[in-house]
Amino acid sequence: MIPRALRRRRALLLTLAGATVLLLLLAPVASADWATPESGGSPNANDIDTLYKIVLYIGIAIFLLVEGLLITSIVRFRRKRGGPEPAMVHGNTPLEVGWTVGAALIVAVIAAITFVFLPKIKNPPNSGPSGLQQLAGEQFASVEKPKPPNGKALRINVVGQQYIWRFDYVDAKPRLTENRPVFAYESMVVPTNTTVILQINSADVAHSWWIPKLGGKADAVPGHNNYTWFKISKPGVYKGECAELCGNNHADMLAQVHAVPPDRFQAWLNTQRQEILQSQKLLSQARKQGQGQ
Amino acid sequence: VSTQEYAGTPPLTRPRAATVPRPEVVARGLRDRPRGWLSWLATTDHKKIGLLYLYATFLFFMLGGVEALMMRLQLSESQNTLIAPQTYNALVTMHGTTMIFLFVVPVLAGFGNYMVPLMIGARDMAFPRLNALSFWLLLFGGIVFYVSVFFTPPNTGWTFYAPLSDNAFNPSNGVDAWIFLIHLTGLSSILGAINFIATIHNMRAKGMGWARMPLFIWAILIYSYLLVLALPAVAAAVTMLLTDRHFGTGFFDVAQGGDPLLWQHLFWFFGHPEVYIMILPAFGMISEIIPVFSRKPIFGYKAIAASTAAIAFLGMLVWAHHMFATPTPIVVLAFFMLSSFAIAVPTGIKIFNWLATMWRGALVFKPPMYFACGFIGLFVIGGVSGVILAVFPVDWQLTDTYFVVAHIHYVLFGGSVFGIFAGLYYWFPKMSGRLMNENMAKLSFWLMFIGFNVTFLIQHSLGMQGMPRRIYTYQSHFGWGVENMISTIGSFILAAGVLVTVLNVVRSLKFGQKAGNDPWNGNTLEWFVQSPPPENNFDVVPRVRSAEPMKDIRREVAAAGRPAGSVAQPVAPGT
Repeated sequence: MIPRALRRRRALLLTLAGATVLLLLLAPVASADWATPESGGSPNANDIDTLYKIVLYIGIAIFLLVEGLLITSIVRFRRKRGGPEPAMVHGNTPLEVGWTVGAALIVAVIAAITFVFLPKIKNPPNSGPSGLQQLAGEQFASVEKPKPPNGKALRINVVGQQYIWRFDYVDAKPRLTENRPVFAYESMVVPTNTTVILQINSADVAHSWWIPKLGGKADAVPGHNNYTWFKISKPGVYKGECAELCGNNHADMLAQVHAVPPDRFQAWLNTQRQEILQSQKLLSQARKQGQGQ
Repeated sequence: VSTQEYAGTPPLTRPRAATVPRPEVVARGLRDRPRGWLSWLATTDHKKIGLLYLYATFLFFMLGGVEALMMRLQLSESQNTLIAPQTYNALVTMHGTTMIFLFVVPVLAGFGNYMVPLMIGARDMAFPRLNALSFWLLLFGGIVFYVSVFFTPPNTGWTFYAPLSDNAFNPSNGVDAWIFLIHLTGLSSILGAINFIATIHNMRAKGMGWARMPLFIWAILIYSYLLVLALPAVAAAVTMLLTDRHFGTGFFDVAQGGDPLLWQHLFWFFGHPEVYIMILPAFGMISEIIPVFSRKPIFGYKAIAASTAAIAFLGMLVWAHHMFATPTPIVVLAFFMLSSFAIAVPTGIKIFNWLATMWRGALVFKPPMYFACGFIGLFVIGGVSGVILAVFPVDWQLTDTYFVVAHIHYVLFGGSVFGIFAGLYYWFPKMSGRLMNENMAKLSFWLMFIGFNVTFLIQHSLGMQGMPRRIYTYQSHFGWGVENMISTIGSFILAAGVLVTVLNVVRSLKFGQKAGNDPWNGNTLEWFVQSPPPENNFDVVPRVRSAEPMKDIRREVAAAGRPAGSVAQPVAPGT
């Protein structure tokens, strides 16, 4: 009997070793871009990516354990003709309590890790020294609203409507007029190294704001304000699309963020203001002419 | 009333046998059993109703599958113009609605209808006419919904999020057709559930205590309680939507003080228990099949029954994990993350119990066992991706993408549908009296298993690369073309696998080898009766003395030296 038990233990050890090697081999594969969420644009996206990888590794370990046991059973325990009847085991309380506690511990660990990562993902950092300088401080603190430690961020209101996004630069200066901020459609131009806080809502049906490289989704629900933030260090265009079915042309509701250095952002803001004022003037002239006829 | 009136009536005395005839049933000749189509239309026999359920739901399964293939064709390459946006969104909606309301939930009711009375030793369901009504409500629900194809099918996705489903954005009557479908199929399910509850509580064979009930019966009982608890929420929600659309109320209209999030809460308060409604009976089937084909008792019977109840209880508390990206306070998100994690524990218990049942057993690889093993292998992937999705910061990246599409299909196809196919192959001999062709069954399994993984494994990756779900097309610069093409090819392999089983059923109904009473060496009472069972099921209901009554019966027969055929006919060759 002893050699058989030994053999079994060796087989178990071999299986465990094999699983570990496989896990180590799979780890780099799993960290490849196609197996993890998009990241690299903003710190919150990077933290989500890291958190995902930790949970994924735990998941892969469980996956290998279960599939390993399943395949071992399928291969080893096939009925053989004339073989002995299997032992009529009805259960094993210590074993069952063991895996119940084990499963509970695993999810408790995942929960703990999540709460460690949560503040970094949820709370924006301060803008960098090379970021946009003239930023307004937050005047009214609110529980849900994310806020950097020094309270200074570029706030943009994002409004979803079928099938386009509108961006209001609520506290960027200069403003369009005293009471109206500069706005833009389709492409959101933002300064690099600056904490940008988005307040998201909708003018018609539910949409969802999502630029994969800049962090998670924030649903745009009529009657509610939702918030998210990003801080981009690399200038460039970051693309995404609406992530909540919002009508027939949902797939055409693209979103993009164009990150530029702060001085170019300031220049863009001025030009945008001029263009809007110019076109409004032309429009009102055209209206007047239309009325005159 | 005057006493005068009583004067003429004789005094009340106890009737004596000699003078007053005892009331008795007088047979005025037996009515012929209806034959042909009328026997189906007018039946109250749980077995016929069960078969009606199975035929109808598999028909809807085919329709839902064709819709899925059309979507996969449209997505096979970027900027494809095969299907118009409106049609695509209608397909998304029809596919989801069909598979959930017209296939998975009712097909399980079909198996339950056929098997519950047989497995508990009853002669029919508690309310046979109500049972018939349940089926016809379901069928008319499906028809009401599908006729919308001829005018304006709904195109809001199966979740019908307000305000997109409101009159202002969707005046088409397709949404109304869907509301009627929810009411009709919902009523059907609630009535069916009440019937199951009454039957299982009251009509079990002598000796079948709670701890001797087959695990499939446990699953159907808890499935029924979940239906009764969850369906009223969606019934209320769609009624509010109906009055919003036509009678000027504003439950979901911000302008009138309503709230679109209310819809999401009500819908998912139903919608998440619905997921467990769809998986628990499949768990139950696996808990029946694994021990029979491992030639071992189920490992941890009580733990499996208890975990079914635990999953159902926790399943009522996790609905907002579908809403992690909505404007909701973090503390609420954290609660729903933890409750979702908690469900992983009883689910894990089940999986380990099944594996422990197989461990050191004597596994017999008949078709049901193929699908049961496939079920475990695939469901684990859905379980792991479910835990990943429950981590709400990670969910912010993954929700509403193809990662979720992959997850739901690993749970509902890899899980429920593989379970349903295992159940179909397991019980087909009982229902038809004939065995299915094994080679076709194995071919079907491998095509489905490979096709399924080719279709859906890669969709996890698409989701993480940023592909949202429910889009009718995508720009080529996103670079999702190759993955989508692979997924489309996989979906056709999967469809071929399903088709092989359909052909197998059609063929075996006529030409299949005779099965006998007990082709698999089963453990439960349905294998005691003939295949197919007679209309009254049992001439004599055996006394139940364990969770595996058929084992006791076989032992008894062997001890008494009676021929095996006097209880169960010889097993099929090779088992």
